[in-house]
Amino acid sequence: MSILVDKNTKIICQGITGKSGLFHSQQCRAYAHEHRPGEDVFVGGCTPGKGGTEIDGFPVFNTVEDAVRKTGANCSLIFVPPPFAADAILEAADAGIALIVCITEGIPVLDMAKVKRAMVKSTSRLIGPNCPGIITPGVAKIGIMPGYIHKIGSVGLISKSGTLTYEASWQLGNIGMGQTTAVGIGGDPIIGTTYIELLEMFQNDPKTESILMIGEIGGNAEIQAAEYIKAHVTKPVAAFIAGATAPPGKRMGHAGAIISGGSGTAAEKQLALEAAGVVVAQSPADMGTALKRAIDQRK
Amino acid sequence: MKIHEYQAKQLLAAAGVKVPRNIVAHTADEAAAAYQTLGGAIAVVKSQIHAGGRGKGTFNQHPEQRGVVLVKSAEAAKENAGRMLGSTLVTIQTGPEGKVVNTLLVEEGLKIARELYLGVVVDRESGGPILIASTEGGMDIEVVAHHTPEKILRESFDVEAGLRGFQARNVAYRLGLEGPSVRAAEKLLTQLCKFFIDRDCSMVEINPLVVTAEGDLVVGDAKVTFDDNAMFRHQDLLPLRDLAEEEPMEVQAQASGLSYVKLDGNLGCLVNGAGLAMSTMDIIKYHGGAPANFLDVGGGANVDQVTEAFRIILADPNVKGILVNIFGGIMKCDTIVTALLAAYDKIGIKVPLVVRLEGTNVDLARKMLAESGKPIIVGTDLTDAAKKAVKSLGA
Repeated sequence: MSILVDKNTKIICQGITGKSGLFHSQQCRAYAHEHRPGEDVFVGGCTPGKGGTEIDGFPVFNTVEDAVRKTGANCSLIFVPPPFAADAILEAADAGIALIVCITEGIPVLDMAKVKRAMVKSTSRLIGPNCPGIITPGVAKIGIMPGYIHKIGSVGLISKSGTLTYEASWQLGNIGMGQTTAVGIGGDPIIGTTYIELLEMFQNDPKTESILMIGEIGGNAEIQAAEYIKAHVTKPVAAFIAGATAPPGKRMGHAGAIISGGSGTAAEKQLALEAAGVVVAQSPADMGTALKRAIDQRK
Repeated sequence: MKIHEYQAKQLLAAAGVKVPRNIVAHTADEAAAAYQTLGGAIAVVKSQIHAGGRGKGTFNQHPEQRGVVLVKSAEAAKENAGRMLGSTLVTIQTGPEGKVVNTLLVEEGLKIARELYLGVVVDRESGGPILIASTEGGMDIEVVAHHTPEKILRESFDVEAGLRGFQARNVAYRLGLEGPSVRAAEKLLTQLCKFFIDRDCSMVEINPLVVTAEGDLVVGDAKVTFDDNAMFRHQDLLPLRDLAEEEPMEVQAQASGLSYVKLDGNLGCLVNGAGLAMSTMDIIKYHGGAPANFLDVGGGANVDQVTEAFRIILADPNVKGILVNIFGGIMKCDTIVTALLAAYDKIGIKVPLVVRLEGTNVDLARKMLAESGKPIIVGTDLTDAAKKAVKSLGA
């Protein structure tokens, strides 16, 4: 088992004729071929105005609706540039895509506020934006992460950051652990899916035995997650919070990573998580071993 | 993108929000003339820098001079302006180096009955804009929120519809406004929230919002920040950017597609990815060092970008060593090392350089480093690299 992604996931890419869209669609298709030879996992893409054409074997459609009707896609990976990305997300939701993964970085925050509002009534789930995507090792890669560092295993991984997720997966691999599913939720102030929803999914997923949560400065999502963990999560949890040394008021790369008015600091997040029984790694080099400690404590 | 108070007030006035009559001055004589034109008994002369705390701030060159002063004559306006212009204002927000004042705002004095606080920001929790209001105007709102959270009013509003009339009235009554002030508040609050959305702001702060003796509502001070990601649809706002207020190296980095923030330490870092870049700063500190910067080269770094990144890091005279931390995913390690070695030769790096690589093609990349003949220290993992980098500073 896994969360969000399974053997029935059929993926299209919105923005497939762009450089990044095509490259990563190829990478995701190659991952699927390697792990599930003979199965059709990545089934095409959309670019308005290029419908009816083909690009490196992927059929291209004008609209998501068209792509869904002709391919049976239920998941969309979005590489549309920032000015048009919000519209692309809404198009996917309108076409009934169950899982929308938006990689695009730099979407105006009020565009995301409009998306968030519009999606309240939708049954679609949005992951991101500004995220590396999702991978269920051995089943499907829907994102820009290097597939090989994610081993099949029993850890549920949730992260705001891209390369830090790779670092964590690599550390887990070094101590013989892999993931059921790894989800990058994105570093923007407004995102589609939060820690709490994923914590609930991992808690309910029988194959997930432990959870590693990677957060960063800014906002209070990690503190709310800590409260949720305390009340509802029985599986061992470890965490790391990036940005302990970041100065207040400065944006640290991610639009969401900014400490304002003494709130959103790494220290307060670490304290809240520890109070919820989470093992918090003090050094980013200890994310894997922190999870090992969290698991051993329960034995 | 941040703008100055005088620019914020011009934009707000154009959006129908009431601001005091004011005139911008760049010389002491202009300040005196502005006082005359305003024609009142009292005027306020305000230093225009992006940082807050100006009223209590003092000038390096004139320790007795404050950043914001009340004046009662043209001579006083001229004398104060003479000391302020071209001098360095240090406030609690500027850091000890301060900011040079090049522009003054001369404003009519108001008959102040009460001072309120208004702010509009994006609320992560509700996923939309929120109006924040308080009866405790003129104070540091974070202090108010900390000591008397019950005095902070929060009103979420719809990003499409804006703040509704009834919402504005509810806030007005909860702020204790009465009579014509309620009507004035209803207009001002709805306009302010509309401005926030129309202009893709990330923050609008009115502190204080002045309730005058006549019951009118006027913007005392205004801070406006725009969403950098939305500037593509607000080209008209771009000229408002004041590069003199920004860290020059941060501006240069931005132009090269790099994300750089200068810090106070002496160990420079070059990393791919924002989360890993922050973590690299953290692990340097964890092992007793002090990071000189945050630098994310992004996912598709090439020779030019890596060269520019080194140049920016080394432009900081405090930098005594550099730690490169790359987790090569899609970006292969050997590609990064090729760029690294080319940049090394181009720049002539003279400080110790520690490199930690992991990910795709790492073995080839390490071999390339070893065979390069350059005195590059290789870190085997994150901890090892951080320790070696911190140690290299002492050597």
